[in-house]
Amino acid sequence: MTKQLLTLRVNGEPRTIAADPHHTLLEVLREELGLTGTKHGCELGECGACTVLVDGIPVLACLTLPALVGDANVTTVEGLAIGESLHPLQIAFAEEGAAQCGYCTPGMLMTAKALLDTTARPTRAQIASAISGNLCRCTGYTAIYEAIEKAAARA
Amino acid sequence: MSEFSVIGRRLPKVNSWAHLTGQARYADDLFLPRMLYGRLLRSTRPHARIRRVDTSRALAHPGVVAVVTGADMPEKMGIMPSTQDETALAVDRVRYVGEPVAAVAALDEDTAFDALSLIQVDYEDLEPIFTIEEALEREDVKIHDEAKRANVFKEVHLSFGDLVGGFAAADHVRDDWFFFEGNTHAPIESHSAVAWFGADDKLTLWTATQVPHYLHRELEKVLGLPRSRIRVIATPNGGAFGGKSDPFGHEFAAALLSMRTRRPVKITLDREEVFYAHRGRHPVKMRIRTGVKKDGEITAVHYQSWLDGGAYASYGIATTYYTGALLTVTYRIPAYKFDGVRVYTNKPPCGPKRGHGTTQPRYGFECQIDKIAEDLQLDPLEYRKKILQPANSRTVNELRITSMGLGECLDALQRATRYSERRGQLGRGKGIGLAGSAYISGAGLPIYWNEMPHSGAEIRTDRGGGVTVMCGTSEIGQGSDNMLASVAAEALGIMPADVHVVSGDTSLAPVDLGSYSSRVTFMAGNAVRDAAMKLRALLVAAAAEKLEVPADRLLSAYGRIYDRDDPAKFVAFADAAVLAESKHGTLVAAGSYKPPKGIGGSFKGAGVGPTPAYSYQAAVAEVTVDMDTGVVTVDKVTTAHDCGRALNPANVEGQVEGSAYMGYGEIIGEEQVFRGGLHKKPSLLDYKIPTSLDTPVLEALIVESVDDEGPFGAKEAGEGPLNPVIPAIANAVYDAIGVRFDETPITAEKVLNALGKRDRRGEPKTRIGPDGLDAGKSDPKRALRRLTASTDARERKRPLN
Repeated sequence: MTKQLLTLRVNGEPRTIAADPHHTLLEVLREELGLTGTKHGCELGECGACTVLVDGIPVLACLTLPALVGDANVTTVEGLAIGESLHPLQIAFAEEGAAQCGYCTPGMLMTAKALLDTTARPTRAQIASAISGNLCRCTGYTAIYEAIEKAAARA
Repeated sequence: MSEFSVIGRRLPKVNSWAHLTGQARYADDLFLPRMLYGRLLRSTRPHARIRRVDTSRALAHPGVVAVVTGADMPEKMGIMPSTQDETALAVDRVRYVGEPVAAVAALDEDTAFDALSLIQVDYEDLEPIFTIEEALEREDVKIHDEAKRANVFKEVHLSFGDLVGGFAAADHVRDDWFFFEGNTHAPIESHSAVAWFGADDKLTLWTATQVPHYLHRELEKVLGLPRSRIRVIATPNGGAFGGKSDPFGHEFAAALLSMRTRRPVKITLDREEVFYAHRGRHPVKMRIRTGVKKDGEITAVHYQSWLDGGAYASYGIATTYYTGALLTVTYRIPAYKFDGVRVYTNKPPCGPKRGHGTTQPRYGFECQIDKIAEDLQLDPLEYRKKILQPANSRTVNELRITSMGLGECLDALQRATRYSERRGQLGRGKGIGLAGSAYISGAGLPIYWNEMPHSGAEIRTDRGGGVTVMCGTSEIGQGSDNMLASVAAEALGIMPADVHVVSGDTSLAPVDLGSYSSRVTFMAGNAVRDAAMKLRALLVAAAAEKLEVPADRLLSAYGRIYDRDDPAKFVAFADAAVLAESKHGTLVAAGSYKPPKGIGGSFKGAGVGPTPAYSYQAAVAEVTVDMDTGVVTVDKVTTAHDCGRALNPANVEGQVEGSAYMGYGEIIGEEQVFRGGLHKKPSLLDYKIPTSLDTPVLEALIVESVDDEGPFGAKEAGEGPLNPVIPAIANAVYDAIGVRFDETPITAEKVLNALGKRDRRGEPKTRIGPDGLDAGKSDPKRALRRLTASTDARERKRPLN
């Protein structure tokens, strides 16, 4: 198959790569750009581990073709920290023990960021609804709720 | 003020920063120069002879570099040395749909995937067996030729105390059947391994495994490569729950493909393949007969289990024993008999899932205890408190009990939930239920017989006061790296953030047997504490010289070694490291841990069940049943857990809540089920693990019994808390609608079915569950008679003790 040249804006940086046109945004991020922070759990849109933000909206990278992203801004977990400072969500997740195995965490963080960017002080029901597409097999979600609430309170 | 500076504090885990920034490197995140991508061809038949495997077309496919088949690695392997019945890839027979048959390495994953369809496997179908009953009966179909009787993998019979006398003395005997459906771990990270056989003829395998040491041994056996040339590195596991504690075909296949190509080879399973890798919860049929006096005192228990093991052994010998071993450690049982049978069927192998073999019997027993309490008109919580196995005692099956906090757990639950006042008072459709449980803090014996430590640790300081801990533990998300750092930091008087942890590496770290059986905190914790205390003694001796203070007056905390009587007199930890290295030479210390002798019996089968300390826990579940749709909503689960001492309360709560979540999923709908040997739901869309919107409110209550032998008093927290949640929910559903669910899962369909049905006398149905072994192709009564006959024959042979 012929590879196609593609320019993406990832974490604020323009990146040009050659990729098979049928490869997903998840594959391009992980395999072409070395951004392995974004995880794959099912590659069928079931688990949410691959969630990234496209112009601030959470999308499943495993179901997204890069060609459709165009010149939109893609944000991955590697782009969550602001310079040397961690994002308040990252600090709160650490403090609350909201990451156990850490595998769902990057996707969970991106979904939580999208929530906090639109809803400054979400209720627990709003948080539960927002992260319902991000499966976590370790925590039972309680510590994740508490971390998101803590980050919201500090913002 | 706490006597500790690290222990008991809610400090962030030392490895959380890597998790939270995307820097943690899981196996599939590794990309090595010239790396090839591997894929496995899997069986499409539940039971068939392999006549021929033709790989020539695949090998000729552009981009394919190597292909291997079962014939390239015919050596038998398996986690338990005494029951090795698997090969890395199927050799001449397949025994379940999804069993790996061949492996391809190619330049990219797409090519490897395409090449699989070019491999031709000529199968001769054999009759498959899918149920426990068929497996018990069918002498004419042998899944494994070695099975002596039909398809029985293992049969065990143990008897303790005067069972006949116990039942004769009973005022009331309950005789109940239960069925626990199989289910699977479903970690979010699928299994993945990267192998690299380098120019130095050494193999390195990075893999998501819970058991790097055991895998190290099996790699040597299967690959024929000396273990001295193999290095296994357990990468951080993206969840495991027991599902990554066997040696797997893809690990050997990646290794062999790398040896053939001299290039790194990665094999990552896709989600569907994870369901075939399985090794999850066994489906178990159970019969429990319990005799009690009028006041509820138990006089005898006869427990029988039939386990559907799937196609291979896995940990099955241990699982079988575990179904019977731990029923005795919660409540006083003076006479106990256990019969267990595990059979082979043509389904993916079952193995250890969180709670390993104890979850199913605990569900049945705690439901039965609830029934006994009702029969005797006792409050189920007060009843359990009245019959507790005492601390510092022996059970009838010779298990040593030390610290025992189940009573405190029950008290904590009563305070938090007012269970006793609310039971039976919530109105139709609302219910509250309770159950207790126990678990081991590590298996008392290793998987292969040896006299060496179960856990070893090394510790060293650099000249800047940095401390490195090396231990073979596997970080599976349970927090073992943080536990190692915290125990070392507490012992040395520094903070966990100043400790570097090297774990799960067979070349760099001393052996730890692995992250299974909830053994790591207790055993590796003790090993690292032992090592750290030895290192501390060197530092303190040097500091004492400098300060001119007797060594026994020195304390260490917050990066200082200071005079207890005059804390202003101190040496900074980094300075003490330089003084100590000047005085003693290079600073390294090693520690180890092995469970004490005499914690279990000496009869055959006594190896499963003993542990240096049991954790105890109890849960209260609150449910709402929709009478129109049958949907059971679990509103809240409160779990009280005796973890000895909480080394980090936030992490203990995380384990307790995560266990409650997983138990909730198991009883409310998760099931690993098959149709004609085909998995019915091998995806996360169909195999529904609970989302945030499904999951109940979870509350964790920590009970600290401070175990004398645990590191700083700690016991396990990762598995036990799952067990009581399942029967607590079943008991709550009974409280809500008056129907006993003596089988899992409790689906809406079953609830509606129960609510709409009447029994033969026209009364509403009050129970869903098995009445015995199923009628099917075979005659279940005959199977049962035969089992009973063989049990009785053995019984006559062994003297009563």
